[in-house]
Amino acid sequence: MILATTPAKKSASKKASVSEDAARANRERPTEPVPYKATKEELLKFYRDMLLIRRFEEKAGQLYGLGLIGGFCHLYIGQEAVAIGLQSALTPGKDSVITGYRDHGHMLAYGIDPNVIMAELTGRAAGISKGKGGSMHMFSTEHKFYGGHGIVGAQVSLGAGLAFGHKYANDGGVCLAYFGDGASNQGQVYESFNMAELWKLPIIFVIENNQYAMGTSVNRASSEDQLYRRGESFRIPGIQVDGMDVLAVRGAAEVALDWVRSGKGPVLLEMKTYRYRGHSMSDPAKYRSRDEVQSVRDNSDPIEGCKAYLAEMGVGEDALKAIEKEIRQIVNESADFAETSPEPDLSELYTDVLVEQY
Amino acid sequence: MAIELKMPALSPTMEEGTLAKWLVKEGDHVKSGDILAEIETDKATMEFEAVDEGVISSINVAEGTDGVKVGTVIALITNADEKSAAPSSKPVASVPVEMPAHSAPPSNASNPRPTETSAAAANGAMQTVTLREALRDAMAEEMRRDDRVFVMGEEVAEYQGAYKVTQGLLDEFGARRVIDTPITEYGFAGVGTGAAMGGLRPIIEFMTFNFAMQAIDHIINSAAKTNYMSGGQMRCPIVFRGPNGAAARVGAQHSQNYAPWYASVPGLIVIAPYDAADAKGLLKAAIRCEDPVVFLENELLYGRSYEVPMGDDHVLPIGKARIMREGTDVTIVSYSIGVGLSLEAADRLAEDGISAEVIDLRTIRPLDKATVLASLAKTNRLVVAEEGWPTCSVGSEILAICMEEGFDDLDAPVLRITNEDVPMPYAANLEKAMLVNADKIVAGVRRTLGV
Repeated sequence: MILATTPAKKSASKKASVSEDAARANRERPTEPVPYKATKEELLKFYRDMLLIRRFEEKAGQLYGLGLIGGFCHLYIGQEAVAIGLQSALTPGKDSVITGYRDHGHMLAYGIDPNVIMAELTGRAAGISKGKGGSMHMFSTEHKFYGGHGIVGAQVSLGAGLAFGHKYANDGGVCLAYFGDGASNQGQVYESFNMAELWKLPIIFVIENNQYAMGTSVNRASSEDQLYRRGESFRIPGIQVDGMDVLAVRGAAEVALDWVRSGKGPVLLEMKTYRYRGHSMSDPAKYRSRDEVQSVRDNSDPIEGCKAYLAEMGVGEDALKAIEKEIRQIVNESADFAETSPEPDLSELYTDVLVEQY
Repeated sequence: MAIELKMPALSPTMEEGTLAKWLVKEGDHVKSGDILAEIETDKATMEFEAVDEGVISSINVAEGTDGVKVGTVIALITNADEKSAAPSSKPVASVPVEMPAHSAPPSNASNPRPTETSAAAANGAMQTVTLREALRDAMAEEMRRDDRVFVMGEEVAEYQGAYKVTQGLLDEFGARRVIDTPITEYGFAGVGTGAAMGGLRPIIEFMTFNFAMQAIDHIINSAAKTNYMSGGQMRCPIVFRGPNGAAARVGAQHSQNYAPWYASVPGLIVIAPYDAADAKGLLKAAIRCEDPVVFLENELLYGRSYEVPMGDDHVLPIGKARIMREGTDVTIVSYSIGVGLSLEAADRLAEDGISAEVIDLRTIRPLDKATVLASLAKTNRLVVAEEGWPTCSVGSEILAICMEEGFDDLDAPVLRITNEDVPMPYAANLEKAMLVNADKIVAGVRRTLGV
């Protein structure tokens, strides 16, 4: 087991009792994940993709401050390794992904054009949802990315439905359903766990445990705060992963995909991660100290960690600077695009309510 | 003294049944708990147990008899020790339920005149089937036609449907396509919605729509809004179906009409058919539809038989009302079980020389305003008959439409003839008083006519 190394809220991981261990030992479990052995090229791509999310989200934060993005805007800064580590392991065009409202990073991880994502955030006609969805409601059926859902926990049942579809069509696909530590207390999550294991659906449940459900820490909201155990009474094996380490995440993804693709049913990954920004842009984050956030940034930052791996492989600062420059350019262009492209035509108000005419 | 054994009511809505088999004969000694007979309802075969001890002194209804009304004396038991000559009438097992007025069979005198028919109906060949069978046939035909169509819900497969609507589907289509779920409405509504997003065509059965309140988030937030939120990129072709509205004697939590709730949501199609031909033709249309559909059935109508066009091409248009009976003095707008009550009221009004036009909305959203307004322009007076609460009802919506778009045609205020504005009581007399019925519709029509 790869344990989280985040210093925040180190709720001394409770030692499982002997009898629990014995009961679990009687059931087959996925093998313990090991950190992924990335090639230099792969690692550079991870770095680049995580950096794109980081800089994109920083820019989105700026645009929000300027009033160009409205409503709720949930940034993914700090959690980049989760989406990149997991989605890099999927088979494009075969596997599906669904998540909640903190969805910008998952879309960028799929290589979806940053312009149409940023333009959706600013509510423009060129946005991926024609400006009608907004930050929380973005989809790309072409990439089998099914949103982007604003109701906490709903994506877990919907993800079980996508997995049901994979099984029904026998297409070999796996659904990756992300949800947060907050959603992990929603009732429908457990209804979905039950059906997913009962029907051996090909689904990986991913709890992105960023330690805070809005302002409520895991320990204040969860009687079992070791969230990877939340599937145990449904016989869904759980694995806790250092979600700040892209290679650890990718390693866990490999194990999870092997398990699910072999028809053994769902698996639950708890990604121990951290969000640097508030829950949404309007969150003053008074529930935690600046020191806590700074400490994670200093000691566990996923991009800095990846940089260190690259340094070990002999990739120098110059190469990374070139990537940084390229990313900044892409992000600036997306911001320009999102700012200058027109708002939806007023006639769009009445389109897409129904597919057919009656 | 002889104890009368009466035909029992074996479900809240049973009115009659078949005495399939006697397991005792005259002269047999029976005691409490012995199985006396097998009784078939339209849903299932049930065993009928003795409650008293004694000797079967006579069997009054032979085995194999169909259509035995609840409460009919089917046998007598004599207690051998009892010498009293005083006859006693004591119902055994369930007391026959006094059925609410609206469960009376539809009047034969009404004169349906379908204005929107399918190709199959135009061909003319008809067969008599129950509404329950019509719904099942619709699903089976569409499942044969399209492998993406599947049925999911509680007790839909091995139990053959809580109300037997899915009877036989498991046998034909197997467990891949007819799926029993745990009791987990929110979860399986989400699973169905996700499957629809992924490209399948789910039919999600709620045992009743009362339980769908646990799942309404997925119906509205996940299914209805998806196409719009995605700018037309992600569709959600799903049917949520099941019985809606009052059943009989099941009390407040199991008796509610959700048509107004769902009809208020843009992005949903809401259908509430009255007869079996519409139920079949509209359910087939709903399954083929690219939009999410809430399909509201009525448990009290499941067992009724109607004429349905033969063949598997009976598909009706969504969003088109039907003039059930033409008239000139007043329009009665209704849907679902209210249509039968309205037709009954129209018959009674005709006896007094009042000519009522009866409109079955069939689809509640999108609402066929044109048919309603055209009828209003003809009759100049309109009432809405609705088996549901009055406040923020479908009737309220019709009133608003008449005010906004038919004001110049109105000779009198439009009235809502509905259930009372209270939760459903259990007591038979209170339940009867709570529900809309033909008497109330007749009185409402007279009020609007001032006669």
